[in-house]
Amino acid sequence: MIQFERVSKRFGSWTAVDTVSFTVDEGEFRVLIGPSGSGKSTVLRMINRLIPADGGAIRIDGEDIVSLKPEELRRRMGYVIQSVGLFPHWTVERNIATVPALLGWPKPRIRDRVTELLEMLNLDPRRYRGAYPHQLSGGQQQRVGVARALAAEPRILLMDEPFSALDPITRASLQSELSAIRHRTGTTVVFVTHDMDEALRLADRIAVMDHGRMIQCATPLEILTRPASPLVRDLVGREEWGLKRLAVETAGDRARRQERLGGIALPVETPLHRALSEMVARGTERLPVVDGDGRPAGVLHLSDLVRSMPDDAAGGQAGGRA
Amino acid sequence: MTGMAGMSPRDWLTDRLMLGMVALVALVLGMPSLKPLFAALYPGLDRPLYEADSFVRLTLDHMALVGGSSLAAILIGTGAGIAVTRPWGREFRGLLETVATMGQTFPPVAVLALAVPVIGFGPEPALIALTLYALLPVVENTVAGLEGVAPAVLDAARGLGMGPAEVLFRVELPLAAPVILAGVRTAVIINVGTAAIASTVGAKTLGLPIIVGLNGSNQAYVIQGALIVAALAVVIDAGFDRLAGWLTRWSNA
Repeated sequence: MIQFERVSKRFGSWTAVDTVSFTVDEGEFRVLIGPSGSGKSTVLRMINRLIPADGGAIRIDGEDIVSLKPEELRRRMGYVIQSVGLFPHWTVERNIATVPALLGWPKPRIRDRVTELLEMLNLDPRRYRGAYPHQLSGGQQQRVGVARALAAEPRILLMDEPFSALDPITRASLQSELSAIRHRTGTTVVFVTHDMDEALRLADRIAVMDHGRMIQCATPLEILTRPASPLVRDLVGREEWGLKRLAVETAGDRARRQERLGGIALPVETPLHRALSEMVARGTERLPVVDGDGRPAGVLHLSDLVRSMPDDAAGGQAGGRA
Repeated sequence: MTGMAGMSPRDWLTDRLMLGMVALVALVLGMPSLKPLFAALYPGLDRPLYEADSFVRLTLDHMALVGGSSLAAILIGTGAGIAVTRPWGREFRGLLETVATMGQTFPPVAVLALAVPVIGFGPEPALIALTLYALLPVVENTVAGLEGVAPAVLDAARGLGMGPAEVLFRVELPLAAPVILAGVRTAVIINVGTAAIASTVGAKTLGLPIIVGLNGSNQAYVIQGALIVAALAVVIDAGFDRLAGWLTRWSNA
């Protein structure tokens, strides 16, 4: 659990972070979003003390981070940055092993962990273990960057626009791999981005920052349907609001549980915009839904998708004006 | 780079380091047997071969002077270069660069002349002059090499929990090494030549036959000294080439 209590940071006369308080729960995926200069990266880098706070307190699991040695604090957290920052003179294996080596893990344990991580991030260990960073594509480099951050099984993962420099296809696959990994490991993630679609897709809760202040902190659904200010509404964007609205719910959320239907089924976790796309592709208004074990979980109707939810009033108007 | 065991005869012939070493050893040991050649080339000379000191002795002393001054310059130069790129040493950077530039713009002959009254004749003033002379390229390249390390790499190193010493020795110095080595190479090659001048203040180097030859209009002495200095420079340069390839082997993988 990460707690910020009235934390501030000034650089000269400029206030980068202005008395910000928030809590990230254990296992939560928290996205920090905002325009450039809003203070989101500063907040992230204060968590591992790369930037010292001027005022207020930052606590990890109740412990004030100033009571820990910065190096020890950082070794307990993963850290991924946009420009990756792999060590160019080290192999992929040695890069991933950075933190375990600093922590003095025995060699066989490090080796096994590297193999496990390479497989987790879809890089063939036999092919990539001994490769140097310059031999990898940008997407592969960031896969290694994520593996390096996860190597010592940190409880907290800090990510500063990790996928912003990647092409859309690579970005999407890394996003879903990250989602899968964090659901499996229960790692708390703090993720900075300026891309609202990425935020809506990944976050449990989104904190919107502007001019060093946190102006809204809410679930993706609330951000879409009840934006706290015009800035939040602008960040969401008016274009394709309806599809974004659908994307934050899954087929399981709106399927009619009692009904049954034959045919190729959608998994319950399919986002609703995909389900809509599937209906258009198949030319049907009804699709069967199955749960994780492949058992029937109901039927999704087109009318269920377009049916507006009671809390959609505010956001619906935003979309309507587009 | 293949080891010597894996070299074919063709590799031996095209390897600069190997050829240079063969030439150097042959010249140093075989110079006395070239006496008839120099006698034939300069029939007017009474003594066509420099025999006051053995060329082996002169070469070893020359190498010791270059080695000693270069080592001192490397230790002081890299140490100072590291210091002024740390947060606590940044303000001394201007001062260091001024001192190092002065060290190099000051002619070594002048340093020698100034050092003699203080320290006396012998290899010591030469050691000081050569060290000062070699300092600038080492300092400049150390600073340039350390500043050339990508900020993202440093951010990642710190963010993952490396302390200042770990960042310096595991990341910064290995990545700056090729640039630092280029500075050391320049410094050492310059010193191989400049060390010859040190013979004017009584240091026994390969410059001795050259200076004696110039004073006594004995061109054969000058050629004998110069040939070995040139061979030594080739060997050292080729050695640095090999070392540079080894330091950046990861970038050719």
